[in-house]
Amino acid sequence: MSIWVDQNTKVVVQGLTGSQGRYYGLLNREQGTQVVAGTNPRKAGENVEGIPIFATVKDAVEGAGANTSFVIVPAQFAMNAVIEAAEGGVSLIVCVTEHIPLHEEAYVYNLLKRDFPNVRLIGPNCSGILSPGKCNIGFTPAQVSMPGSVGIVSRSGTLAYQSVFELTEKGIGQSTCVGIGGDPVPGTSFIDCLDAFFNDPETEGVILIGEIGGSAEEEAADFIKNHPKKKPVVAYIAGVTAPAGKKMGHAGAIVSGNKGTAQGKIAALEAAGALVAPNPTELGNLMAQALGRV
Amino acid sequence: MDLLEYQGKQYFARYGVMVSPGNYADTPDDAVRVAEQIASYPVVIKAQVQIGGRGKQGGIQFAQNADEVREKAAQVLSLTIWDRTHTHGYPVNRVWIEKSSDIASIDGRDQEYYGSFTLDRSAKQYLGMLSAEGGVEIEEVAENHPDAIARIHVNPVEGLTEAVTRDWVARANLPEPAREGAVKLLMGLYDVYTKGDCDLAEINPIILTPEGSVVALDAKVSLDENAAYKHPEWADFAGTSVMDERDRLAAEKGLQYIGLDGSVGIIANGAGLAMSTLDTVQQVGGSAANFLDIGGGASADTVTAALEVINTDPNVKAILINIFGGVTWGDKVANGIVEALGRVALKAPLVIRIDGTRAAEGRAILQQHLSERVMMARTMVEAARTAVELAAKG
Repeated sequence: MSIWVDQNTKVVVQGLTGSQGRYYGLLNREQGTQVVAGTNPRKAGENVEGIPIFATVKDAVEGAGANTSFVIVPAQFAMNAVIEAAEGGVSLIVCVTEHIPLHEEAYVYNLLKRDFPNVRLIGPNCSGILSPGKCNIGFTPAQVSMPGSVGIVSRSGTLAYQSVFELTEKGIGQSTCVGIGGDPVPGTSFIDCLDAFFNDPETEGVILIGEIGGSAEEEAADFIKNHPKKKPVVAYIAGVTAPAGKKMGHAGAIVSGNKGTAQGKIAALEAAGALVAPNPTELGNLMAQALGRV
Repeated sequence: MDLLEYQGKQYFARYGVMVSPGNYADTPDDAVRVAEQIASYPVVIKAQVQIGGRGKQGGIQFAQNADEVREKAAQVLSLTIWDRTHTHGYPVNRVWIEKSSDIASIDGRDQEYYGSFTLDRSAKQYLGMLSAEGGVEIEEVAENHPDAIARIHVNPVEGLTEAVTRDWVARANLPEPAREGAVKLLMGLYDVYTKGDCDLAEINPIILTPEGSVVALDAKVSLDENAAYKHPEWADFAGTSVMDERDRLAAEKGLQYIGLDGSVGIIANGAGLAMSTLDTVQQVGGSAANFLDIGGGASADTVTAALEVINTDPNVKAILINIFGGVTWGDKVANGIVEALGRVALKAPLVIRIDGTRAAEGRAILQQHLSERVMMARTMVEAARTAVELAAKG
């Protein structure tokens, strides 16, 4: 099993007619994902390499059976695109767009929570979601993955890819890899992912990749500690040497005063029983150890 | 982007938050001109620097007349304000001059308050903080008298109503004469924070004047750069922030760069990987000269720009390029690096690590270009170790 996406996921790409959307939409299709539609109000009725374009997400849901949206549009349109997707009737929205204004992001998070509680948003500013052999939405390099039983959740894209790679090198497959993104108000949290992985019968262990800023890792540690169905967790936290007050590439990666430090997160995760890797290369070894596959 | 106090006050005024009348000046003569325009002495002359602690270092002066303005402004403009550890100094190039405000006293206490809006990332809502104990570090208040801070969560979808604000002000125990003015000021501050697209909008202190006005005596504003496209007026704020040569060049080239103090120049594709590279360099006994994320693409142009910025840093004794081939394949990145090496003369030896998709092909390409100055390492830790050894040899 996998979480949130599988072979039945039918994706509408908002932005399929743009250059980035076209590139990744077609790449995801090549990787086996059912990309059933694209949207563009000015190009309804046309197609991109055989993928029909609809005016709206609602039309794509009705006309092509889409149940998931992949939002890959410029930042100034992204949050409206997410709202359109929720109103259009999909149950999962994956938004990879970065540089979303903070207040729009906070507004949309709370709007979805109030008006569309059953719609899951992953991102924004994330690498996407991959379930090897079943579905890939976003940037995760499917070619370094293999199907299996380790779940991955990461704020960083590249570090998620690296952990997929390290696991595959060790012959350990992945159930699902979720990039939750580097922004301050992500639609899906570590806890959402951990809960889904702990309840997924196929997932045997979870890799959690965090970074400086906020307290999501500390909250995740509390959640792990108290979960009745907890599974082995191997973690890595980036930014031990990051100076306070600087946004380290991601909008959410900032140490404020003495809050949000890597040291605090590592201590919390270790106290919750997670194995914390000293560098990303070690993630594969530690997971092999945790699963008794050394 | 952090605004200087005077920019913050000008920004406040746009949204109806009351500030004292004033203007900025870059010379003692200009300062006199501004003071004469205000036409009400005493005036206060405040150093405009992006760091706290200026008051204790003589950066805030009062003047009773034009001559004093000239003298004191000259004094303040000659200062360098230092950070707490005295490692970075900020020369004062600009002062803000405003009408000096009298602060009301009630029951023997100066009426100085604290107010701010920021994001509570945990609650995923806005957090407003208000305290009747202003004028001191809010962290100290939080530590010593946590009950003296009234907190409020605002749902961005619902916004902040006047009734809720009124209740909040009452909870903070602001005295009756300040309440009406505080409600108005805080609702204005909420507009600054939301409509003004701030990451942080903070006033410390908010004061009550003897005439009963509630005024922002200071302004700490941090703007959300992702919203810059909505605010053409922010162009006025550019150019006043302190940047060293490396930061300036990186900004010009559109790179995600943060200058640090170490000796190993870092280039990585992806913010997480770049942070992780800094950490790994430290783990093996070195220190990074910078954070630099060249993104997923890592084209020859980007690598060239990155190397050029790193070349301007005199502290760099070794360079480490750390690439994980994701959607962009290792061989393509390797070609980009080779092309960049043809365009830029390296000032320090270079260690490259490529892993991920088509890494073997990428390494084969680089193999033909290796020398005493250009090396390759198999893992991230090995690459970091080599770079740190090279930097130590300097």
